[in-house]
Amino acid sequence: MYRWDFDVLWQYWDLFLYGLWLTVVYTFGSILFGVVIGLVVCAARLSGWMILSLIARTYQEIFRCTPLLVQLLWFYYAFPLLVGISIDNRVAAMLTLSLYVGAFYAEIFRGGILSIEKGQREAAAAIGMSSWQAMTRIVMPQAFKRMLPSFINQSVIQFKNTSLVSVISVADLAYMAAVVNGQTYRPLESYTVMAALYIAVLFPLTQIADWIERRLRVSD
Amino acid sequence: MTNARDTGAPTVLEARGIRKSFGGLEVLKGVDLSLSRGEVVGLIGPSGSGKSTLIRCLNMMEKPTGGSVIFRGHAIGKSFRDRDGTTGIGTLRRHVGMVFQHFNLFPHKTVLQNVTEGPIVVCRTPRAEAEERAMALLAEVGLAEKCDAYPSHLSGGQKQRVAIARALAMQPEVLLLDEVTSALDPELVGEVLNVIRRLADGGMTMAIVTHEMAFAADVADRILFLDEGRIVVEGKPSETIRNPANERLAAFVARFNH
Ligand SMILES: Nc1ncnc2c1ncn2[C@@H]1O[C@H](COP(=O)(O)OP(=O)(O)OP(=O)(O)O)[C@@H](O)[C@H]1O
Ligand SMILES: [Mg+2]
Repeated sequence: MYRWDFDVLWQYWDLFLYGLWLTVVYTFGSILFGVVIGLVVCAARLSGWMILSLIARTYQEIFRCTPLLVQLLWFYYAFPLLVGISIDNRVAAMLTLSLYVGAFYAEIFRGGILSIEKGQREAAAAIGMSSWQAMTRIVMPQAFKRMLPSFINQSVIQFKNTSLVSVISVADLAYMAAVVNGQTYRPLESYTVMAALYIAVLFPLTQIADWIERRLRVSD
Repeated sequence: MTNARDTGAPTVLEARGIRKSFGGLEVLKGVDLSLSRGEVVGLIGPSGSGKSTLIRCLNMMEKPTGGSVIFRGHAIGKSFRDRDGTTGIGTLRRHVGMVFQHFNLFPHKTVLQNVTEGPIVVCRTPRAEAEERAMALLAEVGLAEKCDAYPSHLSGGQKQRVAIARALAMQPEVLLLDEVTSALDPELVGEVLNVIRRLADGGMTMAIVTHEMAFAADVADRILFLDEGRIVVEGKPSETIRNPANERLAAFVARFNH
């Protein structure tokens, strides 16, 4: 029978906390950049400009059709050779995470906007609104509501995905758990604490997400 | 040729030689239409004859592939904006309202907000003034007490009356109506037609696409019968719907008389 011993981990609490902090930073940082990328790419795809739309589409397919792990390795080890400058692993991590989630966000935004009936835009145009006004005042507020559940879902996945940055030695929660394990030879405790910390953050978040989704459904 | 023109009322909105193709399909094959101030024109014709396309060309919701739309004497150009408020598509739409078959109310806005949206956003009318006018319009269509309701809580007839109020809030010079009662349950058609009839009596210039023959004959000064992208017959209701001389028109009207 295994004897659990969490006491030896206590002295490493700051490592776990720092790791958790980085995980949160990479998650929210990449969500923020990802939203900007997603909006730009979504706009490009809906612009009606063939070349622009094709470039945006190509970016999306590349990032949606390769594993995040592969992208991280490529940006950290291969990309520097291509451009001839070395990049910091933290920069590579943030860049890759943002580009990755941006590709998915773009598709979520696009789906939301396309789901609004053509009649809405026409009704806005018929009272003299410009296409920008129709988009921002009529289409987007409705699209926002429709895409919010998928957006939150993708963001929760993103939180978990950040654990992959540990493979390029970014000191996130997963990396720190490995460090602690190396020091203590206590994999069961180290990795259980890590898992518990992920749950501690994500469980409340998913509850809030469910609540928002329910509220949205009621208001329809 | 027409009542209103005989009396010398000025032409407000005019379509000259309008052509419209979708891909290889030519839907409008050179249509002329003019609306004099205060005139009500009824557009009738078989399904697919191009009625919707024509009325949508009048506010550039469809861009004609040929011919021109002339509003207050200015040919409307291709761009949304203009310098002097004469030739822009935005200018045209600000003064030419449209009501749709499926209402197209903004579901995320209340009834009142639906009506004030245009004046506030497009005309930059102060909110208080826009709301006051909107309430007056809602009272006119009998929906003042629904001002804080969301569209999803209204019946079809109520939705369409709100849509009419929304168009009227822009104080349009012309109102375009495309089969505005076709999506309604039969018992709700009357309340919408009554609103339109009152507008006609009040001197509103309107182009009305409708399958309600009796209503068209009653409210319109002039009837245009559209068939395969051309205006085949044009005249007073008494010369068209009530006594069709043209064979195709006679056959078309006969279908509504059972
Ligand atoms: N956006 C479009 N793209 C392709 N074809 C179109 C489009 N809009 C209309 N058409 C075609 O143009 C023709 C005329 O359509 P339109 O809607 O103007 O007819 P209508 O007279 O209003 O018919 P209905 O009485 O059924 O409303 C139809 O054959 C239709 O299929
Ligand atoms: Mg039609």
